[in-house]
Amino acid sequence: MSTDNQGPIWEVFVQSKPGKPYKHVGSLHAYDKEMAIENARDLYTRRNEGTGLWLVKAEEIVSVKSGDEESYFEPADDKIYRHPTFYNMPEGSKHI
Amino acid sequence: MENSKNLEVFQAKIDAEIKIEPKDWMPEEYRQHLIRQMSQHAHSEVIGMQPEGNWITRSPSLRARKILMAKVQDEGGHGLYLYCATETLGVTREQLIQWLHQGKAKYASVFNYPSPTWADMGAIGWLVDGAAIVNQVSLQRTSYGPYSRAMVRICKEESFHQRQGYEIMATLMEGTAEQKKMAQEAFERWWWPSLMMFGPHDGDSPRSSNAMKWKIKRETNDDLRQQFIDKTIPQAELIGLKIPDANYKLLENGSYETSDIDWDEFWNVIKGNGPCNTQRIKQHAAAHDNGQWVREAAIAYNEKKEQQLKLA
Repeated sequence: MSTDNQGPIWEVFVQSKPGKPYKHVGSLHAYDKEMAIENARDLYTRRNEGTGLWLVKAEEIVSVKSGDEESYFEPADDKIYRHPTFYNMPEGSKHI
Repeated sequence: MENSKNLEVFQAKIDAEIKIEPKDWMPEEYRQHLIRQMSQHAHSEVIGMQPEGNWITRSPSLRARKILMAKVQDEGGHGLYLYCATETLGVTREQLIQWLHQGKAKYASVFNYPSPTWADMGAIGWLVDGAAIVNQVSLQRTSYGPYSRAMVRICKEESFHQRQGYEIMATLMEGTAEQKKMAQEAFERWWWPSLMMFGPHDGDSPRSSNAMKWKIKRETNDDLRQQFIDKTIPQAELIGLKIPDANYKLLENGSYETSDIDWDEFWNVIKGNGPCNTQRIKQHAAAHDNGQWVREAAIAYNEKKEQQLKLA
């Protein structure tokens, strides 16, 4: 065991007020879940920044690999019928 | 071939003000420049806790003590934001701290000056944090995403730091002759070191050109220093402090002309010969070593709990 070990990295998400989505704010080190959430409180919510906290171990997060972005996100470009502006509405129609 | 294509895409993003994120391709020199600059920034926040921590137990009132504790806690927090942002570049926290202790990584030289009186708490908050704010406001627009986000967060918290420092100075300047003298002397101690915080003249700053091309830095050392001077001189005059510079004068464009910095002193402190260099690192290393049993206990506690979970 390295005595210099700072513990794993956790990603921190804060909900700014009830009803709002959780937003990534940064990360921290902690040795377990309890310490992670206590450290997050001390580090990221010293000034009423939030009403909720989520902590996720960074190594547990799955993300799109660098370089794969095109194959993941590009197909959306040729499906313009997913957007409301694609459709022709009769002249004079309202509230639609 | 692949590399020059990557470099082209990278520079195009920078030019279009699109932030670079950890997973994106980046030139190795860009990564190294960021690791050096961001870790130096993080170390500065943490080492900066020492001159102020020095006054927590001796602060003149409960109000002053609570404020100072909150400020020192913020500085620790700022260090942690910045360490985490640096770690996104693929370097570990353990490594960053080791480089600090080995003298391979630097921190802001300004923290190598001592804080002998209560007025130094005023001067540090007002001038040192004030200079840091000018720099950090500019760095909010830096090209590396995690660094930029850390700067936005830090800037939100910094303005109380500067205001509490200026309040200490203003209060002393309304006090007895002795208190006024204390404030003036602290001002004189910190004025030049805070101007030095912006670094050498643009022409003498070895890494400036790449840093500007890659938009790590958004404004030059001299421009930022001038912004700080122009803001601070009127604040000093307002509360009756005398600028420790016989040659300063207000120009027609509203900007101030000042004497040149004593660059020999600047380089001397950077080289490790400032009044407190040895003490600062020694104290940091001692705190780190004294925390060893806490780290070991925390690891052991977590292992025990995971074991219990498996058995249950």
